[in-house]
Amino acid sequence: MLIKITRPSDLRESDVTPESVYLTRRRFMGGLAGIGAGLALTGRARAATADYADVPAGSPPDWLAPKLADAEPRVVAPADPELDKLTPFDDASNYNNFYEFGTGKSDPSRRADRLETQPWSVVIDGEVNNGGRFALEDLVTPSRVEERIYRLRCVEAWSMVIPWLGISLGDVIQRADPTSRAKYVRFETLVRPEQMPGQDSSFALIDWPYVEGLRLDEAMHPLAILGVGMYGRELPNQNGAPFRLVVPWKYGFKSIKSIVRISLVEQPPVNSWQAIAPNEYGFYANVNPNVDHPRWSQATERRLPNSLFSPNIIDTRMFNGYEEEVGSLYAGMDLTKQY
Amino acid sequence: MAQVSRESDVSVTEAPTAGRTSTRRSTSKSARARRQPLLTLWRLLVFAVALTPLAYWSAQVALGNAGPEPGRYLLLNIGQATLWMLFATLSLTPLTKLTRWKGFALIRRQLGLWTLAYAVSHLLCYALFILGLDLSRLGSEIIRRPYIIVGMLALTGLVVMGVTSNQWSMRRLGKRWKTLHKLVYPVLALGLLHFFWVVRADMEQWSLYAATGALLMILRLPVVARQLPRLRQRTQRRPA
Repeated sequence: MLIKITRPSDLRESDVTPESVYLTRRRFMGGLAGIGAGLALTGRARAATADYADVPAGSPPDWLAPKLADAEPRVVAPADPELDKLTPFDDASNYNNFYEFGTGKSDPSRRADRLETQPWSVVIDGEVNNGGRFALEDLVTPSRVEERIYRLRCVEAWSMVIPWLGISLGDVIQRADPTSRAKYVRFETLVRPEQMPGQDSSFALIDWPYVEGLRLDEAMHPLAILGVGMYGRELPNQNGAPFRLVVPWKYGFKSIKSIVRISLVEQPPVNSWQAIAPNEYGFYANVNPNVDHPRWSQATERRLPNSLFSPNIIDTRMFNGYEEEVGSLYAGMDLTKQY
Repeated sequence: MAQVSRESDVSVTEAPTAGRTSTRRSTSKSARARRQPLLTLWRLLVFAVALTPLAYWSAQVALGNAGPEPGRYLLLNIGQATLWMLFATLSLTPLTKLTRWKGFALIRRQLGLWTLAYAVSHLLCYALFILGLDLSRLGSEIIRRPYIIVGMLALTGLVVMGVTSNQWSMRRLGKRWKTLHKLVYPVLALGLLHFFWVVRADMEQWSLYAATGALLMILRLPVVARQLPRLRQRTQRRPA
């Protein structure tokens, strides 16, 4: 377990649970599996839902409900909660880019309810010793679910602040036991045109499945998580249920949704947007105010929700404000070329 | 009703090559006068219909139904409506050929000006809600981004046509007026190109717009355009 975040400027160290406490707690929980744990969970559940009183309750599968209720709250949270105010759940769940359900921002919330997310399984394959097809429950259960309040910066120059619930991506990869040849991680979204009408469009330029990728060291970074919930509940379908990536220092399209396959590979995968428009979208897609999208500036962003009278335009920060944590991953790279 | 049938009799006897101006002149002054209130009503109706999208989206924003980014909502919708207005304007000539109803020619200027109004509103939305009225950025964005350059060129064409749409300019420019207003064709192409560069992952919607634009152009090809009045005559000759 490597929750070791290097001297963050905007993330309070005190928000991060020390590893020792975390591990002790785990052993403690394991020892008390049964009655004791059950009691602890009910207390948690009340605490978690109180934070998001106005968020509609979800209906998580039986195995997930206690994991969500037992989530470690605010493992990562913004240093300035005034500047990075939580986006209302209603906006975060009704303004989405999820082209599997259509290209309009409200298409996903209108159409995603027909997606069946239970049961869900994920294939882990490629350069791993411990691959196979796993029920989502078996992938998630060994890890503690944590709440991470992250800024989400879309490549379209708008942004939100979202309280995710997820598990460490590094944990999942480590359990798969990558071989020495594994250099990159490739992710794939579900293909199910009968439930995902966007995949049925004959005018779509995306060659389904939607594919994303990370370098292995990026994937192992403690800020990278696999989301299973948000706002104290499970993920709404339009937000990538039941299992999605969240990499907060990269543009939103890197955080691939509804994952069904995770492959450890030797060569850099070609992500979907790079395949469509390589001059506009690169492999890294790190948030970078100094490298413009060919069609618009990335120097600023519109923090949502905004209004006609206050467009709420703020300066975009290098690596979306996570530079101190992730900057070293890119030391020596020319980020204007490796965008 | 009597008026309509009398007019159709005229056109049946007319040679297809004869200009439509002669038909227009053949309509008697008294008939024109009788129809005037109806035509005024027609123009008002067109005005109301053209205003409806803008009013509807503004109401949605005011009611809080436009989502977390109402400025972008207006920007994108108004941008598309600009193309609707342009299509409507360009459909008037084929419709007139097809029906010989003078009401279509009467709303040409109005719809042209609506196209301009929507285009200007689209630019205003961009400057206000996307750039936050940072005028220095407006300048640099206009220079740097090809799709914005294309959009601005299209808008310039609309402005030129808009300011020369009055009677005085028509008289001043004489024959050149018609040549000048052929600008509408490059404006259509630029508008579609501007839209093309904005959409990325799914071309369905853009394809519909492009097909509509292409159809309106095909209807102007002399070979096709000549058929339009004949089409009408053929349907009218057919026994009911």
